[in-house]
Amino acid sequence: MADWETVIGMEVHVQPKTRSKMFCGCSVADVNEPPNTHVCEICLGLPGTLPAINRAAVEACIKTALALRCEIPRHTKFDRKNYMYPDLPKGYQISQYDLPMSVNGLLEVDGRKVRIRRVHLEEDTGKLVHAGDKLHKAWESYVDLNRAGVPLMEIVSEPDLRSADEARDYAIELRTVLRAIGASEADMEKGQLRAEPNVSIRRAGTDALGVKTELKNINSFRALHRAILYEVDRQQKLLETGGTVVQETRGWSEDEERTFSQRSKEFAEDYRYFPEPDLPPLELDRAWIEELRAALPELPAIRRARLVSQHGLTAGQAAIISADRDLADLYETAVMQGAPPLPTANWIVNEVAPTGKLLDPAYLAELMTMLQAKDITRDQAREAYFESVETGRTPAEIVAEHGYRQVSDESELRVIAEAVIDANPKAVADYRNGKTQALNALLNELRKKAPQANPKVARELLLKLLG
Amino acid sequence: MTDDLTSLTIQDATRLLRLGSISSADLVTAHVERIERVDPRVKAYLRLTQDLWETQADEADRKIRRGDAGPLAGIPIAIKDVLCVRGVETTAGSQILRGFRPPYTGTAVSRLFEAGAVMLGVTNCDEFAMGSSTENSGYFPTHNPWDLERVPGGSSGGSAAAVASGEAIIALGTDTGGSIRQPAALCGVVGMKPTYGRVSRYGLIAFASSLDQIGPFARSVDDAALTLSLMAGYDPLDSTSSDRAAMEVLNNYGAGVKGMRLGVPREYYDVAGIEPGVKAAIDAALFILQKQGAEIVDVSLPHTDYGLAAYYIIAPAECSSNLARFDGVRYGLSEVDAPNITAEYSRTRRKGFGTEVRRRVMLGTYALSSGYYDAYYLKAQKVRTLIKRDFDAAFEKCDAVVSATSPTVAFPIGSKTQDPLSMYLCDVLTLGGNLAGLPGISVPCGTSDGLPVGLQVLGPQWGENVVFRVARAYEEASEMKAGVATPGPSPRRGEG
Amino acid sequence: MPLSKDEVRHVAMLARLGLEPGEEDFYAGQLSGILEHIDRLQQLDTEDIPPTAQVVEIASRLREDEPRPCLSQEEALANAPAAVDGFFRVPSIQEET
Ligand SMILES: [Mg+2]
Ligand SMILES: [Zn+2]
Repeated sequence: MADWETVIGMEVHVQPKTRSKMFCGCSVADVNEPPNTHVCEICLGLPGTLPAINRAAVEACIKTALALRCEIPRHTKFDRKNYMYPDLPKGYQISQYDLPMSVNGLLEVDGRKVRIRRVHLEEDTGKLVHAGDKLHKAWESYVDLNRAGVPLMEIVSEPDLRSADEARDYAIELRTVLRAIGASEADMEKGQLRAEPNVSIRRAGTDALGVKTELKNINSFRALHRAILYEVDRQQKLLETGGTVVQETRGWSEDEERTFSQRSKEFAEDYRYFPEPDLPPLELDRAWIEELRAALPELPAIRRARLVSQHGLTAGQAAIISADRDLADLYETAVMQGAPPLPTANWIVNEVAPTGKLLDPAYLAELMTMLQAKDITRDQAREAYFESVETGRTPAEIVAEHGYRQVSDESELRVIAEAVIDANPKAVADYRNGKTQALNALLNELRKKAPQANPKVARELLLKLLG
Repeated sequence: MTDDLTSLTIQDATRLLRLGSISSADLVTAHVERIERVDPRVKAYLRLTQDLWETQADEADRKIRRGDAGPLAGIPIAIKDVLCVRGVETTAGSQILRGFRPPYTGTAVSRLFEAGAVMLGVTNCDEFAMGSSTENSGYFPTHNPWDLERVPGGSSGGSAAAVASGEAIIALGTDTGGSIRQPAALCGVVGMKPTYGRVSRYGLIAFASSLDQIGPFARSVDDAALTLSLMAGYDPLDSTSSDRAAMEVLNNYGAGVKGMRLGVPREYYDVAGIEPGVKAAIDAALFILQKQGAEIVDVSLPHTDYGLAAYYIIAPAECSSNLARFDGVRYGLSEVDAPNITAEYSRTRRKGFGTEVRRRVMLGTYALSSGYYDAYYLKAQKVRTLIKRDFDAAFEKCDAVVSATSPTVAFPIGSKTQDPLSMYLCDVLTLGGNLAGLPGISVPCGTSDGLPVGLQVLGPQWGENVVFRVARAYEEASEMKAGVATPGPSPRRGEG
Repeated sequence: MPLSKDEVRHVAMLARLGLEPGEEDFYAGQLSGILEHIDRLQQLDTEDIPPTAQVVEIASRLREDEPRPCLSQEEALANAPAAVDGFFRVPSIQEET
């Protein structure tokens, strides 16, 4: 058994956040809108129409390029990629060939430096629906051009990834960055982020690249991971049994959990790229680029590292908080206003991240201070949090109004604890017969009667009374 | 009476309309009658647009009465079949677009409509504007009104013939390698191609995007200048349109040529195949211009011999891509019941495209294909730079360049259709202007053997006013107004 | 440089022109004639000459990201040779082999 090394480069298509399409004024359709209702003469490719570049798409691409530490050359231009297919109304895709918007970037993923070859802009194609259950059995197809002309950023990495795990983590990190800078919502299920890994294997210790295959139809991070694992395994078996890998595009079948040959490069189209004569070369305003650079928020990776080193958070907490700009901003502002770092991080991970309900940072600081001082219980804090989100009143007001407080004095709780033991003879018996989880039932009863009870003190008290 | 109304200039017609001597409806009726009489022989029009002319003439008359009429109110115009007009069948002279009705109107046309123009119909042209004789139309050839057995030139032959035969006061054409200027010359009318970017191409069914421009046909330089000024100017829908002021095309254009230096490129003056009669007409024109105070200077355009070759790479390359959208899916002809998509494409495009279009699509596809890009396409683009530099150098020495528009007068129908290269050579004096993006005009300058000859004036980029100035000075001094031909049942040849 | 029948067939395939077998000779002959003229370009030394893709210098402008009305589905399909349930209909996309 020889040792194999996996080599993966990623091509990721991302839909930037825009209101209109790349080259026309059509609004960008949500998924599942009726077919051909977000189209005009331009994106239908009617004769006589011309493209006009969307400023917001260019802006998103520049921001992405800057976040990925790319160089932005002075001159960029659009080119035509020619091929005829029914989802491509003009018979060519307007893309960028030899002078892309940006080149030579870098994205660090868990310490691995992944070089970014380029980030460029292009337009999406329409959608084909096939009659018949399988592509090769379809007798006719239907074309919906709602997506035709939707802007896409194509982010191409060098083949610097070495495993399915790394490829998945790279895609996740990319999504995190895109969301943090507001360039895209990057929702894979909505097709806003599409990852196409180029996978090859080679003998460990060799430098030459093996023959690669390009995987398509991947619509989740899980699928990305599994598709690569399958493909690596397939290539390995092929090579170990004396076969050869064919350079081709392979689709991922979610149902069958396997990749299948789509199009062999032997029949590769000759795309006949040439400069798009309908668009003058683009000379980006350097002042604009510098403005965008200055306005770029701290990138998630840097923030993550800072949250660990400066705030003492765990890597897990830091990852969850820094992945979302709103969460991270809430956390940091609250801490700046006096919230205790660790409980606040814990709170954001457990209470805020799952619900997405954001409180005013000053209020959060107030609440966390009360919790930290053990003035209120965690349950009470939760109640107060969501009530404050709903009503906009301060947590202090809410706590005062409800009379929330935490009782840690054993003597204050003893009468209630004894009443709970008297009222639940079965649970008491279970407990004494060795069913330790019966204690939890008793504890819940106690907290129902005395929500202000400090859970730790109450537990110890019950244990003592049960002997 | 009605024939009098079909030989007017815009200025003549506007005066009568404003005086109330005639209505816009009268003017339209006169033209429609004229069309009914002469067009069965000339065949300038592919289709007439009665619905449009009725509403537009009505509107024009109302506005004239109210006193808020636009500069073209009530003026009958013919539109080349490559310019999209909402709801009007627009086919680029091709069977592949038969039945296509655009849901929008292109910018240049809608600007003229806003100025009050009244559309009479759609004029014939070579298929996708590829040709110099209008014989490549997917429908029928157009005939030269001065001699029905001869071509009107092309590709905008229908528009040129319509103005020349009194079937419209003005017309729109498009010029990719000479397609306005050459038919204007062959039909004895004024035809103007603006600087690339002066007029929005939005709505123009593209042939070669980096070369195409829309321009007017008219009976006088004034009419051409006015029409251009109304459709020029930046359009957010065409990113290659310039934001320079539209009205600058009229700057000082009536000032005469006294003191101007007019360059005569020796490569154009002695171009291979130029007919003696054409040369004589140009000599006479140069003499007149000189008498008006212009200085005639020798200039050189040393890469002229390579222009045609560069053009026949660049234009076909762009057209091969521009014509990929004609796939039978969203509009036009379709073999949609073919067994698979490849067969549908091939059958649709085989049935829908004519020989010349197929020839150019193949040539362009070849020039862009892997392994040939550098040798052909890139090389042609570099030669384009050299040709542009030739003109830059010439304009250091002169204000405008003058030459014949076409080396020959109108040639007999069928005489060049078997040899594509001989047809391509019709544009040898005009396509340099497209490669260099220059404004150019053809004005009538006498006849040779009874057939019209055109004088071409080329200016530097954005120098439309210079071009108009020279053309107008010549028109005035020569009294060489565009005539209106009344084609008889038999060829006119020999009469003139 | 003359064009072979194979090359004619290849470009016709790339451009989906539906060339019939007998036409290859016709186009090979005609295109070769044109290419023979075009080959004079190779006489010029263009080593240091930049290519011109667009001959007029026009500063590129960007369109503001403001949606404008789309066509209705009916208008979008009005010119379609075949439409089904709001879609354009096309034959099977299986390639000829
Ligand atoms: Mg792409
Ligand atoms: Zn659109």
